[in-house]
Amino acid sequence: MEKKSLRMAYGEALVEEGKNNPNIVVLEADLGKSTMSCLFKEAYPERYFEMGIAEQSMATTAAGLALAGKIPFYSTFAVFAVGRAYDQIRCGIAIPEANVRICGSSCGLSDFGDGKTHQSIEDANIMCTIPNMTVLNPCDAVETRKMVKAMLTHKGPVYIRVNRNDLPVYTPLDTDYQIGKMYRIREGRDVVIFATGAMVWKSMLAADILQTSGISAEVINVSSLKPLKKEEILKYVAGKKAIVTADEATRIGGLGAAIASLIIGEVNLPFAQIAIDDQFGTSAYTYDELLERYGLTEFDIANAARKTLGR
Amino acid sequence: MNETKIRELQGIANQLRCNVLEMIGVGKAGHWGGSSSLAETMAVLYFHTMRVDRHNPKNPERDRLLLSKGHAALIQYAALCELGYFSREELTKVKSLNGLLQGHPDLTIPGIEAVTGSLGQGLSLGVGMSLALRLDKNPARVFVIMGDGEQSEGQLWEAAMAAANFKLDNLTAFIDWNKIQATGRTDDIFSIPALDKKWSAFGWEVLTVDGHNVASIADGIEKAKAVKGKPALIVLDTIKGKGVSFAENTATYHNGMFDEAKFAQAAKELAALKEAI
Repeated sequence: MEKKSLRMAYGEALVEEGKNNPNIVVLEADLGKSTMSCLFKEAYPERYFEMGIAEQSMATTAAGLALAGKIPFYSTFAVFAVGRAYDQIRCGIAIPEANVRICGSSCGLSDFGDGKTHQSIEDANIMCTIPNMTVLNPCDAVETRKMVKAMLTHKGPVYIRVNRNDLPVYTPLDTDYQIGKMYRIREGRDVVIFATGAMVWKSMLAADILQTSGISAEVINVSSLKPLKKEEILKYVAGKKAIVTADEATRIGGLGAAIASLIIGEVNLPFAQIAIDDQFGTSAYTYDELLERYGLTEFDIANAARKTLGR
Repeated sequence: MNETKIRELQGIANQLRCNVLEMIGVGKAGHWGGSSSLAETMAVLYFHTMRVDRHNPKNPERDRLLLSKGHAALIQYAALCELGYFSREELTKVKSLNGLLQGHPDLTIPGIEAVTGSLGQGLSLGVGMSLALRLDKNPARVFVIMGDGEQSEGQLWEAAMAAANFKLDNLTAFIDWNKIQATGRTDDIFSIPALDKKWSAFGWEVLTVDGHNVASIADGIEKAKAVKGKPALIVLDTIKGKGVSFAENTATYHNGMFDEAKFAQAAKELAALKEAI
C-alpha cells in the first residue's frame, strides 16, 4: 500500500487554507523543516513567526494572537509542544478557550533515532486531561489534511498529533470529516479494534492476519481522542464478542483506559489494551523495530484479539 | 499635565485603593501590597492614557492592559468597576463562589483581556496581541504590567527577546518595582542585579518613573509610545502597600489579612489622603 507523509500533508494544508483565510498565522520553534510548517513560511512570510527555540514563549504568544482574533497554529515536536509548555497551554490557552491549534509533530515513537528525550509516549494522554482541549490523532495524510480544515471552524483549542513517518492511507479523499466522530475502516463480526494514529495501520494488518484464522475483526479509527463519545463506542461494540484498543502511547490514561471508563458497567466483554507499558522509549534504526520492542505490531494486536476471543 | 488633571488622577488612585480595601474586607486574605503599589499607574492608564470602551469591552480598537502579575487583580478590578464594567456589588463578592470576580484575572470578567496569574506569561500574551494588531494595521496599543519578583520567571526573558526580535513598538511593559515579593525583600529572596541594564541589553528602551506620581507615569508612557522600532519598558519606582502606613514596605500584606482594628485604621488613613487631595 502506498504510504504518504502526514507532516507534509500538515504543511500543505496550512498553505492551502492560508490562501483564503488571512487570519491563519503559524509559529515555529526552529523545527519548521521537520514539522513542515516551513511551507507556510515560504508562502506567507508575514504571517509566520519564528519564535526561536522557546516553546513556552511560542505557546503563550499563540494565545495572545488567538485572543486578538487570529487562528494560530504552533508546531514543534510533540514532546516539547506539550511537555515544555504545559502550564502555558493550561493557563494561556485552555482556560480562556483560545483558538490555538497545537501541532505535536514526530509524536509517539515515530522519531525512532532520537530516543527517549524526543519520543512522546504521554503527550496525548496529558492533553486529554486538560478541560476545554480537543485532541486529534490522524491515522494518515488524508485525514491530517481534513483535520486542519476542520480545526479552522472549531471553537476552542485543538491539539493534533502528527506522525513523523509515512503511513498507508486509509481515509477516503471524498468523505466528510467531523471532529469527535469515529470512522469504521473495516467491518467485522467477532472483535472490534479501536485504534488511533499509526495503530490504525497496524490494526488493519492484524485484521488481515485474523481473517486467515477465520476471525472477523472490525477496525475503528478513533482519530478524535477527545471528545470521545460513548454512543459511538457502543454503536461499534454492539454484537461483538470482544474489544481491543490499540494506541501508541503509555497505557496509563490512554485510549484503552478512556474507552473502558466510558463503557464500564454497561458492556461486559473481554477487553485487551495494546499500548506502551509505563516506560520511556529508546533509540532504534527503524520505526518498526520500536513498534516491535514495545508490543505494538500487527502480531501483538492479533494475538490480543485471539486471546480475548479465547481462540 | 495640568494641576486639575493631576488632582483628578490622584483622587482616582485613592478611590482605587479604597475599592481594594473594600474587596479585601475584614478577616479575608487579599493582595493589598502589590495592588496598592499600582494604584497611580492604573489611574493613569485607565483614566488618561488608554482608549477603552466600557459599552463595548471587545471593541477591536481598544488598547489592551494585561496584568502579568495577576495576583494584583484587585487593583484592576477596582479600576474596571469605577469605569462601570460591572456593578459595585461585585466588589464585596470577589473570590466568592457566586461572584463575578475571580481570584486572578479571568476572561469571564468584562474588561479583562487574558488569563494571568501563573507568573511569567503576561508579556508573551502581549507579544502575541501586539503581533496580531500590527498584522491588522490596528493602531491599538498593548500594555503589560509585570512584578519585580516575577522577573525570575524565565519566560519573561523569552518574551523580552521575542518583542525585541519582532520590533514591537506597539507594546509597552511595566515593572512594578516595589522591592518586596511574597516572602521578603526581592534583593534577599533572589537577587537580580542591574535589572534595567538587562532589559536594555535585551533590546528594550528602558525608562524609570516615580510610580506614585501620576504626572511622572503619564510622561513616561508618552515617551514610551514615541519609541520606534523597539519595545519600551517603564520601571515604576513604587512602595509596596502604599497608602496604609503599617502595610507599607512589608511582605506581611503581600497577601495579608486585616483584622477589624487594622481595617479601620487603613480606611481612616485612605480617607485622610482623600481629604488632602
